[in-house]
Amino acid sequence: MTIKRKPQSHVAVVGAGMTKFLRRALETPKELAFEAAQAALESANMTLDDIDCVIHGTAPDAFDGVHMKGEYLSDGSGGWNKPYIRCYVGGGTGVFAPIHGWLHIASGMFETALVVCEEKMSSCLPHPQGAFLTIFDNFIERPLKPNLLWIFAMEMNRYMNTYGISVRDIAHVSVKNKANALLHPAAQLGAELTVDEVVNSPIMAWPVHRLMVSPPSDGACAVVLANEKRAKKITKKPVWISGVGWNLDTSYWTNRDLAYPQYVEKAARMAYEMAGIREPKKEINIVEPYDPFAYKELHHLEGLLLADRGKACELAIDGISARTGNMPVCPSGGLLGVGNPIAAAGLMKVCELFWQLREEAGPRQVPGKPETGLAQAWGDLMQVGTVIIMRNKK
Amino acid sequence: MKKTHLNFAGTPLSNEVFVNNKVSITESNPNAQYEYDTGLGIGKFLQGLKEGKILGTHCEKCNRTVVPPRIFCELCFGTQISWKELKTTGRVNTFSLCYVNWDATIIKEPHIPAVIEIDGATPPCGIMHLIDEVRPEDVKIGMKVQAVFKDERERQGSITDIKYWVPIK
Repeated sequence: MTIKRKPQSHVAVVGAGMTKFLRRALETPKELAFEAAQAALESANMTLDDIDCVIHGTAPDAFDGVHMKGEYLSDGSGGWNKPYIRCYVGGGTGVFAPIHGWLHIASGMFETALVVCEEKMSSCLPHPQGAFLTIFDNFIERPLKPNLLWIFAMEMNRYMNTYGISVRDIAHVSVKNKANALLHPAAQLGAELTVDEVVNSPIMAWPVHRLMVSPPSDGACAVVLANEKRAKKITKKPVWISGVGWNLDTSYWTNRDLAYPQYVEKAARMAYEMAGIREPKKEINIVEPYDPFAYKELHHLEGLLLADRGKACELAIDGISARTGNMPVCPSGGLLGVGNPIAAAGLMKVCELFWQLREEAGPRQVPGKPETGLAQAWGDLMQVGTVIIMRNKK
Repeated sequence: MKKTHLNFAGTPLSNEVFVNNKVSITESNPNAQYEYDTGLGIGKFLQGLKEGKILGTHCEKCNRTVVPPRIFCELCFGTQISWKELKTTGRVNTFSLCYVNWDATIIKEPHIPAVIEIDGATPPCGIMHLIDEVRPEDVKIGMKVQAVFKDERERQGSITDIKYWVPIK
């Protein structure tokens, strides 16, 4: 596609904050949203008075059993008495929300925006998976009593079969991400594992093993965005959003090529074009692709054109995607290690790029002064790709 | 004190605090009930299943035959659609051996969900269904399978009018 209009303003991330990701938090969803929003504002030395508009991202109302979840969360997100919008594309929400923030500012309508994503999954009994069941077709799928693992296991199997990839190849992603998470103070499931331990962990839905799945979590993340004029006053180290892209495939998922996420490629190409990136493999220094399952990191790296088709596992096996490798992938620890509070998980990746590109990631800092990072999220019925590219130079 | 990104909020709750009644919780059982209508496309598809047939639709403009059938083509957004009876055989596009229920409880004998590309539809168009009467380790991608329908009298116009799919020997 060709982007028809130039943005009215450059947009930067000027602050970021998050809560711990937890199996079950005492805090209410509003309180989690508040803690993340407040942390993001404080990191930018700003108060809510400095914010022109608020964007909120959160996944299905059914997790909380609270309708109007966007409205429920609005005051915890600082949305009271301001232009406020909730956006939602399933798991893709966490990157879709900052894209909405970008739209608000790039349009010239606002100078600053607060983007907050929250999820509290532990309230839903007996398991938050129950809230996902309605994504299946009422007539031709739900009577078969499907569960969410089915579709991911089937996509993973198709991916493996198409390219001749083994469970062991994919297990390297779990080992890498869970180890990276050990250095993330907010992480839920950091662990030092061997490939054998991953491969020998219980099979949930073959080929998906327990240690290849991210956990349900409670948590929230937030970022503060500003236009060029304001960003330069707020911080000496703005991180610029240089490209955004999003794309949706059909929900007739049994009609698709499950081995390749075409919609992720389309979203990525949109973002690359906007950012002027012609050779993504050379120009992207650090990647935070969506990794709710180990194979998804690989699937997405291929869709993002950062690995050849069927070859992404070699990046993990050869250490290229390690934190100290040539192209670090999920240095945060990803969803596999930090946790997966659906909407907040995607924004966690944007927070990570912010900290990494400002060299503020502490012990997680990737070496080599990275300049350009990409975060991506994925969701709905395995059909949406959302992509954001960030740079510490304009 | 100024918060930094190294100073994260969030109070973990362990199982122990629930057992010892150290936290207060409240419960809700919304028990929401719904009744869904089949629509035009899926309604005819289900009627077909009741008659032991698998129906698809063909878009004249895109020259694509799809299943599940639909009354409009989402590619060209047109309605040059004709109905087509497909075969009751197909090929396994992908499958899983699933050892857990939706509530994360464990099952011993795996469910075998699969995407089955239906013969007569444009590949890779297919539907999700279950495979049975086969040892789990013998299920393979690319395997030819046959639909096993319920007895005619037991069929209700439901996706479960196909009991499951079995390998063609």
